[in-house]
Amino acid sequence: MIEIRHVDKWYGPTFQALKACTTSVAKGEVVVVCGPSGSGKSTLIKCVNALEPFQGGEIILDGIKVNDPKTDLPKLRARVGMVFQHFELFPHLKIIENLCLAQEKVLGRSHDAAVAKAEMLLERVGLKEHARKYPAELSGGQQQRVAIARALAMDPIAMLFDEPTSALDPEMISEVLDVMVDLAREGMTMMVVTHEMGFARKVAHRVIFMDRGEIVEDAKKEEFFGSPRSDRAQKFLSKILSH
Amino acid sequence: MSYNWNWSIFFEPAPGGTGTYFDMLLRGLWLTIQTGVFAWIIALVLGSIIGVLRTLPSKTAYWVGFAYVEFFRNMPLLVQLFLWFFVLPELLPRSWGLWLKQMPHAPFYTAAVGIGLFMSARVAVQLAAGIASLPRGQKQAATALGLTTFQAYRYVLLPIAFRIIMPPLTSEFLNTIKNTAVAITIGLIELTGQARSMQEFSFQVFEAFTAATVMYLLINIIVVTGMRYLERSLAIPGYITGK
Repeated sequence: MIEIRHVDKWYGPTFQALKACTTSVAKGEVVVVCGPSGSGKSTLIKCVNALEPFQGGEIILDGIKVNDPKTDLPKLRARVGMVFQHFELFPHLKIIENLCLAQEKVLGRSHDAAVAKAEMLLERVGLKEHARKYPAELSGGQQQRVAIARALAMDPIAMLFDEPTSALDPEMISEVLDVMVDLAREGMTMMVVTHEMGFARKVAHRVIFMDRGEIVEDAKKEEFFGSPRSDRAQKFLSKILSH
Repeated sequence: MSYNWNWSIFFEPAPGGTGTYFDMLLRGLWLTIQTGVFAWIIALVLGSIIGVLRTLPSKTAYWVGFAYVEFFRNMPLLVQLFLWFFVLPELLPRSWGLWLKQMPHAPFYTAAVGIGLFMSARVAVQLAAGIASLPRGQKQAATALGLTTFQAYRYVLLPIAFRIIMPPLTSEFLNTIKNTAVAITIGLIELTGQARSMQEFSFQVFEAFTAATVMYLLINIIVVTGMRYLERSLAIPGYITGK
């Protein structure tokens, strides 16, 4: 589903953010990407739907080359859901309008069809009664669940999560993770940048560990948690699992 | 100071046989309003386009916006009006220049367009600042949903940015109205112009300019009230100006 081959990315002439990153995510697979901050995990996931340009290598999404100038990027992006660290709901639109905007303007759905879909998804993330509120009237956890619903409203073939729980208060993390676990169990293809190792243990198929722009380790979940091969991954794991 | 106060001068017939001095001032007021509103529409439309250009990733767009803004904001308004009114017709091919000079209401159109262009540079700078103040993730979220750049601006970035810059925009609207007084120099007999002719005909300079002052105050109070009402009705619950 997602093929990432030898991707290089530079910020300016000197700083290389990604170094020959190669990996893939199969249909229905859940891949967790972890690593210390500044390791390039968010950059990598943003390259997948071309939110960040990259200079070398290629990414192929469902058979379509992302870095081909002929690719219709808006059309391609509409097929991949993305959830951001800071939710990024549109503050001037009600919750229901946040879910309908792209359905109507990008997919061309009728308003009624979009509203029906939106209500179904809000029900699913447990927020139907908040449909007529504005994002700022919801808690962080609720906003992030709305953001997931907004992405799902586009019927995506895969979902990208960029640190979806990092900006949340601890008591709100689990409500978001619950939604993501359900999604994973239903067979959604997911690429998740996160430090939530409990989530990785529960539903991930593979774990990718990145450091300084490189993919240091790319292993099955059992192998990764059982016996990570690299020193750096071991150190990282001992740090985040020690408390 | 020996000055012969005469507040009933307003109800005396003005020379020219078209009503009282008060009618004369009202005609000036009406022309001021027309010029101000026309100029403000031009300032808003062009200012919005140029402001957006200054925030696009394209280097060309940025430079076009930059050149436009620096051209129109770095010359005194008075000089700009002289340029459009006296110099431009001489620079154009003879027949075009003649057409411009013979155009009915030339001072009105020149003033409205000239002041509009001058103010549009200021609107552009403020809008660009408003857009730049939005979190980067907003554009990314819109893009990730498949919205084109145009749609992202139309449905997400501009509606939020305009709300943010509403208070300074109110000041610009007021400035536009006040700047119409400069048009007296190219022969537009707006409110200030009428006050001056009243002074010349009647020698009641204090009464004439007191009346003009009160009229300027009144229109601007109406504008401020209207803009405040607009600001309130567009406020987003829980967000920035919203309560």
